[in-house]
Amino acid sequence: MLRIDRSIYDQIVAHARRDHPDEACGIVAGPAGSDRPERFVEMINAERSPTFYRFDSLEQLKVWREMDDRDEEPVVIYHSHTATEAYPSRTDISYASEPGAHYVLVSTRDPETAELRSYRILDGEVTEEPVEITG
Amino acid sequence: MAIEVRIPTILRNLTGDAKVVEGSGATLGELFTDLDSRYPGIGERLVDGGKLRRFINVYLNDEDVRFVGGLEAKLSDGDNVTVLPAVAGGSR
Repeated sequence: MLRIDRSIYDQIVAHARRDHPDEACGIVAGPAGSDRPERFVEMINAERSPTFYRFDSLEQLKVWREMDDRDEEPVVIYHSHTATEAYPSRTDISYASEPGAHYVLVSTRDPETAELRSYRILDGEVTEEPVEITG
Repeated sequence: MAIEVRIPTILRNLTGDAKVVEGSGATLGELFTDLDSRYPGIGERLVDGGKLRRFINVYLNDEDVRFVGGLEAKLSDGDNVTVLPAVAGGSR
């Protein structure tokens, strides 16, 4: 189960809407081992593409180092799908490399309603989990 | 020649949970061969067919090694190498 604060949920959706029709991506960091997504970090999609995303490698190094210094980890790794459902694609699964993270997908295909869903991706296996919005 | 290498969570099962290890080599490729001799299996997670794996980012003193020679990048004593899994995906 992913528990996430309303304000962070809203920031993820707003970022996805703003970058539409390109895919948006980012993380929510939290204290290591806490499973609490607390610090929203928007990332650049180096691909600037409607069908692909990749963190900019140098920005990623900077953000990962900040997390290290603050004893944080990426609790949530999010990205958007702009024309398909919020379900991990084969590419998403093959790249998934943080077994402890909640992989959050937002679909912006419907201009009125955002669809946000959360998954664990472990050894190529996808498990959807409930999302509880708090605050 | 000691090079400090930071290991990401996903590869720490190969380093006995060590976050930072030391290795040696005149180039990045040699460093990875050296690491693989002490942490068997780590080499193939980093290199495939003589090239850096696409899913892996490697930084030499904060530079993405893809821009400084890849596996041929020259190393000096005291250099820092950081390995991070690339974060990427897409709707296809």
